[in-house]
Amino acid sequence: MASATVASPAAPPPPHEVAAAPPMPDIMPPVKARRGVLGFLWRYPTIAIGGALLLLMVFVAVFADFLWTVDPTALAPARRTREPSAQYWFGTDMLGRDVYSRVIYGARVSLIVGFAVALLSSAVGLLIGLVSGFVRWADGIIMRVMDGMMSIPPILLAIALMALTRGSVRNVIISITIAEIPRVSRLVRGVVLSLREQPYVEAAIAAGTRTPVIIWRHILPNTIAPITVQATYICASAMIIEAILSFIGAGTPPIIPSWGNIMAEGRALWQVKPYIVFFPAVFLSVTVLAVNLLGDGLRDALDPRMAKRI
Amino acid sequence: MNAPVSDANRPLLEVSGLKKHFPLRGGFLGGVTGYVYAVDGVSFHINRGETLSLVGESGCGKSTVGKAILKLFDITDGQVVLDGRRIDNLPAGALRPMRRRVQVVFQDPFSSLNPRMRVRDILAEPIRNFGLARSRAELEERIAALMDKVRLPRDAVNRWPHEFSGGQRQRIGIARALAAEPELIICDEAVSALDVSVKAQIINLLQDLQQELGLALLFISHDLAIVEHMTHRVAVMYLGKIVEVAPKRQLFAAPRHPYTEALLSAVPVPMPGAQRERIILKGDVPSPINPPKGCRFHTRCPYAFDRCRAEEPPLRQTEAGHWAACHLHDLPAEQNPLAGAKGAAVLAV
Repeated sequence: MASATVASPAAPPPPHEVAAAPPMPDIMPPVKARRGVLGFLWRYPTIAIGGALLLLMVFVAVFADFLWTVDPTALAPARRTREPSAQYWFGTDMLGRDVYSRVIYGARVSLIVGFAVALLSSAVGLLIGLVSGFVRWADGIIMRVMDGMMSIPPILLAIALMALTRGSVRNVIISITIAEIPRVSRLVRGVVLSLREQPYVEAAIAAGTRTPVIIWRHILPNTIAPITVQATYICASAMIIEAILSFIGAGTPPIIPSWGNIMAEGRALWQVKPYIVFFPAVFLSVTVLAVNLLGDGLRDALDPRMAKRI
Repeated sequence: MNAPVSDANRPLLEVSGLKKHFPLRGGFLGGVTGYVYAVDGVSFHINRGETLSLVGESGCGKSTVGKAILKLFDITDGQVVLDGRRIDNLPAGALRPMRRRVQVVFQDPFSSLNPRMRVRDILAEPIRNFGLARSRAELEERIAALMDKVRLPRDAVNRWPHEFSGGQRQRIGIARALAAEPELIICDEAVSALDVSVKAQIINLLQDLQQELGLALLFISHDLAIVEHMTHRVAVMYLGKIVEVAPKRQLFAAPRHPYTEALLSAVPVPMPGAQRERIILKGDVPSPINPPKGCRFHTRCPYAFDRCRAEEPPLRQTEAGHWAACHLHDLPAEQNPLAGAKGAAVLAV
């Protein structure tokens, strides 16, 4: 609405005197139907739903100790493969461990891996992408290396990297981060290259702004939105890769419950005791869905072209 | 090098033999497979307080000339001399103080302002870079004065670019250019994206500022109607070359290059019933990757003869201050369709 009344020449300036521009009452505060956080969530329901589900998962992971759980590693051979019941909500596995407790504690691994990989690969990818976008001679070399890494499926690359080390959550994070870095680097490089051609960057160069300041003031703030969106997708993808690594025994060590290794242990009994695989799978799916919904919502909200429909 | 002493008789900006060939990359490690001859030997000058318009179809290299003067990239060949001092080969550090004297206003009022900076910060950037304000208060004062100059309300400095209309954004762009206290502003299609009424306001603003501050303008445009309204001299570009330079009246009255003649015939005449002989050029502009041999215009020129296909015409003076690159002027006057005041007759509807 604010732009509908744009510059209608209230009184056209006399042809060639000192052109006192017409008064401009058309600078109006943007009209918003609803303001504040609630209004924002109303306009982007995917963010609200995805965010709520993700917050729930974070809550579960943080307060796992207080959510009627028992020691997830406690063995009880006498009570193995029990069906879900009032005592064992999700049943017990073939070593008699409480599947509910294991799934709840497993959320910690998934979320830590997801968030850590998203943060680390975004940070490293941002740095590589900036260098690649600004240093002409480095660009060719860096991008060919990234192409090489991208030609290997991230899961295979992560498996190969895990094979070099011993299974631990830290090593899982490092392996998946390395596998995800090329995607962020490519994205940032693309954004940097297109931003460099923006007239406002050229105007800043003409205005004598030094390159580091241009990067800091004109390039970085405009890369944050696409990187944030990409980070959510990487977070989701990292959780899945972690589960796959753990499932095939190349990830989180069996001593730490993670959704991947719970499913791996239940796999042999899948035909007769499907609940051992079912519950961690549901949690994994819901968490990944939540992160992806959040990412979609953020993409819509942060894309400046979409932002115009205030 | 010359000391940068201002000399009123010397042109403010001299561009000679400017070439910019963009490499076309391809292959495994981005090897060069060819060149886009965007600007291929362009020379002109701009005097203090003068407006020179650079006109031509899109893709003819006129914007590249503007960016080359701003040194947004390294040029392939030629010289850019600002106030007696060569600037095209200066290292970044030595160039920075010279940048203050040449500023730019771009075409697109939306992408020419950083969406994540308030107007105040946009205007403060050049002032801070060039150390034009000694204190916070002086900075604020200068910003307020700039808003006055471009006739925007002072309190709008706290707003974001997206809160303004296209014309208002273009005023902010002009204010940013003025913030550096330049002697030359390059207006790269500065009004092409605006509505007609807003266009007129911005042009009048530019003209007022030019008189007030003694600015020189390089007005890059494809719109001859606007150029006729506001320029002193016109340079016509075709495929990376200047084909004709002349004072406005001479060029509009009696063009000395067939391309200019064709361009002028395409300008609508704002008078009902007025008739004009329309020259329709055949074909499209050839690719700047593989420009025609000889005269670059010969593929579309209605008067082309054998010599045009073989030999490239240099820019030569046809009368005082009027330069054209055309072999027709070597022919006897009675065989030269561009001799005399034919163009004037065409335009005097």
